[in-house]
Amino acid sequence: MIAGAGLAALWLAAALSLLGLFLSFLHVRGRLEADRTVRALAIVQGLLCLFAFAMLLLVFARTDLSVALVAENSHSAKPFVYKVAAAWGNHEGSMLLWVTVLGLSGAALAALSHRLPSRTLIAALGAQAALALGFHAFLLFASNPFARLNPPAPEGRGLNPLLQDPGLAFHPPTLYLGYVGLSVAFSIAVGAMLAGEVDRQLARAMRPWVLGAWIFLTLGITAGSYWAYYELGWGGWWFWDPVENASLMPWLAATALLHSVAVLAARNALKAWTMMLAVIAFSMSMVGTFLVRSGILTSVHAFAVDPLRGSFILALLAIYVTAAFLIFALRARTLREGALFEPVSREAGIVANNLLLTVILGVVFIGTLYPLLAEAAVGEKLSVGAPYFNAVAGPLALVLGVLLAVGPLLSWRREGRPILKKVALPGLLAATALVIAFFAIPQSSMLSKLGLALAAGLIPAALLPLIGRNPLRTPLATWGMAIAHLGAAVAVAGMAADTAFTTEKLTAARPGEQVDIGPWIVEFAGVTPAVGPNWTAVEAELRATRGSGVHVLRPQTRFFTDPPTETNEAAIDTLLSGQLYTVIGRSDSEGRWQLRLWWKPLVTLIWFGGLLIGLGGLLALSGHGHRAWRRWMAQ
Amino acid sequence: MSRALRLLPIILLIWILGIFAWRLIQPDDPTIRSQLVNREIPAFDLPPLVPGIAGLNSTGLATGKPRLVNLFASWCVPCVAEAPVLAKLRDRGIEIDGIAIRDTPGAASAFLTRYGNPYSRIGSDRTSRVQLAFGSAGVPETFVIDGKGVMRLQHVGPIYESDIPEILSALEKAR
Repeated sequence: MIAGAGLAALWLAAALSLLGLFLSFLHVRGRLEADRTVRALAIVQGLLCLFAFAMLLLVFARTDLSVALVAENSHSAKPFVYKVAAAWGNHEGSMLLWVTVLGLSGAALAALSHRLPSRTLIAALGAQAALALGFHAFLLFASNPFARLNPPAPEGRGLNPLLQDPGLAFHPPTLYLGYVGLSVAFSIAVGAMLAGEVDRQLARAMRPWVLGAWIFLTLGITAGSYWAYYELGWGGWWFWDPVENASLMPWLAATALLHSVAVLAARNALKAWTMMLAVIAFSMSMVGTFLVRSGILTSVHAFAVDPLRGSFILALLAIYVTAAFLIFALRARTLREGALFEPVSREAGIVANNLLLTVILGVVFIGTLYPLLAEAAVGEKLSVGAPYFNAVAGPLALVLGVLLAVGPLLSWRREGRPILKKVALPGLLAATALVIAFFAIPQSSMLSKLGLALAAGLIPAALLPLIGRNPLRTPLATWGMAIAHLGAAVAVAGMAADTAFTTEKLTAARPGEQVDIGPWIVEFAGVTPAVGPNWTAVEAELRATRGSGVHVLRPQTRFFTDPPTETNEAAIDTLLSGQLYTVIGRSDSEGRWQLRLWWKPLVTLIWFGGLLIGLGGLLALSGHGHRAWRRWMAQ
Repeated sequence: MSRALRLLPIILLIWILGIFAWRLIQPDDPTIRSQLVNREIPAFDLPPLVPGIAGLNSTGLATGKPRLVNLFASWCVPCVAEAPVLAKLRDRGIEIDGIAIRDTPGAASAFLTRYGNPYSRIGSDRTSRVQLAFGSAGVPETFVIDGKGVMRLQHVGPIYESDIPEILSALEKAR
């Protein structure tokens, strides 16, 4: 009954998006005045998706084993929160979440975007309806989350234990809000190009949508990175895995878009480029979805890959992106660019920022797809790993960091003031840090030394735009920019510190033995059994000290029964100065246990920086919200 | 903006979509091929395993005549299926050398008594060292080595009747 209602809502939503597409087409063609109807349809369609998703949560919460998806991915003995979160811990459920966010994005666009010209808005809602229609078809024909099982299964098969973690509760929804939220910028760009109304007004209307999606994407990636870091027990925070890259690529495009849309809003320039970026950002989301769902890059992993699904998403990707690129090719000619600008100005800085971000995007894109290209061209199977990405993207990111210190200090149009004087202090700090790094950590890589130096200069430089202003009268957007840039500097500091200072030790120890790691002396006190709601574990007790006070860490090896799997639960002690990261492995026949220990000074700065970037975005967005609220009150 | 520049994204896009589509319809072949095909085999020297049958070393493989090297083990079930086919190849006058992977003399003798012995020589690879050096990922695997000690063919998995022509033509070419 519940599953039936969910399925019915999905069919109805699909029908409404078809109707919405049709009506918006007639409206834009001038055949029909359907402005209000199209907006209402978009809102109802979004709500129906939300209803369907709520129904999916309900069948999972009740462990309704007559639904095939529940039987395959849940279990009656699972903790409640993971029963609910299991709804999106699988292909069909996560695609429903995808479609729900798509529907809600369209609904939000219809309800909130009063600043867009009517023709552009209706064309954008038409584009959003077209997207929804295709992905509804994908759900209903190739990934039905509500498919029934007759007779019902006696018990569910359980969720992959790696997913039984609080990370699952918020990482995928946040990331999807970001990925799919970018669809609004895509639709607005397509709508504006169709309506021929690409101007400053459009940029101002588009900016909050880009900002909102970008905030979620930033937080989602940050959360995912931390989740992989503590859950996998590998001690790393980024693996350049195709699935990770699939989330990084839309973020890079969205970051570039966020900046270029500001140039369009302020100077009426970069029109064609901004529209292209808006199209590319969401296209990258779809490419990511395709790569993850089709399994063409992770064929070594035993994903249950259905070729039908891959082909279906590829067809959708081809239709939408080709259509958007065609519209761009036909309409870009009609876009008249605003004034050209001086080589030293805010807009020139942003153009350089966009170029660098785009090149990094290209580097990641090529690196991710290279195994595929190589196989297609010469039939050779190979993989591209961290050495390539670090060597190529790392230096580019450093240059981007230098630009980040200078760019916000430049003024629009033309910079007449002596800019070098302002960045003298950060520059000096960076140079000093570099010299210190050469003497203090000669063995570390050049990239990490430069990264530390950059961070030393960038952290004060990021705050320079706030200096000499009345904090209460400074616009929230400026605050947001400074905080987000500070976040980037802090994250760079964390990444460089992790590369330069981390010490790692893999050893086998008997209970009672001591192990040194960095400044720590870790005593292996012994192992005890432990038990949880649906797992049993071997738990080690480690007593770590570095002079005064004892920190007790309890890493576990957990054994889950449904499905039978073993996971490592790292024990991490977080201090201001860094993290002590411990993993316990197996025992050998002589009573020794494998211990893997890391001392990672300042590593937490990576995720703290990510949070700061998100917070900066939030501040800027609340500036938009505040202004919109005042306008609304004034009406 | 020039027309070429505006069309460039579409051209790139179609190219990438084409590769995606090609990969999707491509049957997935998870076999990992040895990197040594068409290159000289690594030097090795393996002791005998079974009394009365000589061991195997790399210089003994470069005799001017192409030969087969078969990686097998008494604990390997597909090797049993392969045994009659190997016997047929030997009956055609093809010389086959064996490398026994992680095997013991007793078990190997019993295996050879029960399923027949097609091998001229058998080297004992207790730790899979030579197997890994050959770029082999499992047993059974069969390699065609030409007269100069260059690997010409890697056959992954058991040799069935239907594979005989492939093996024979590789031996012919290696001559």
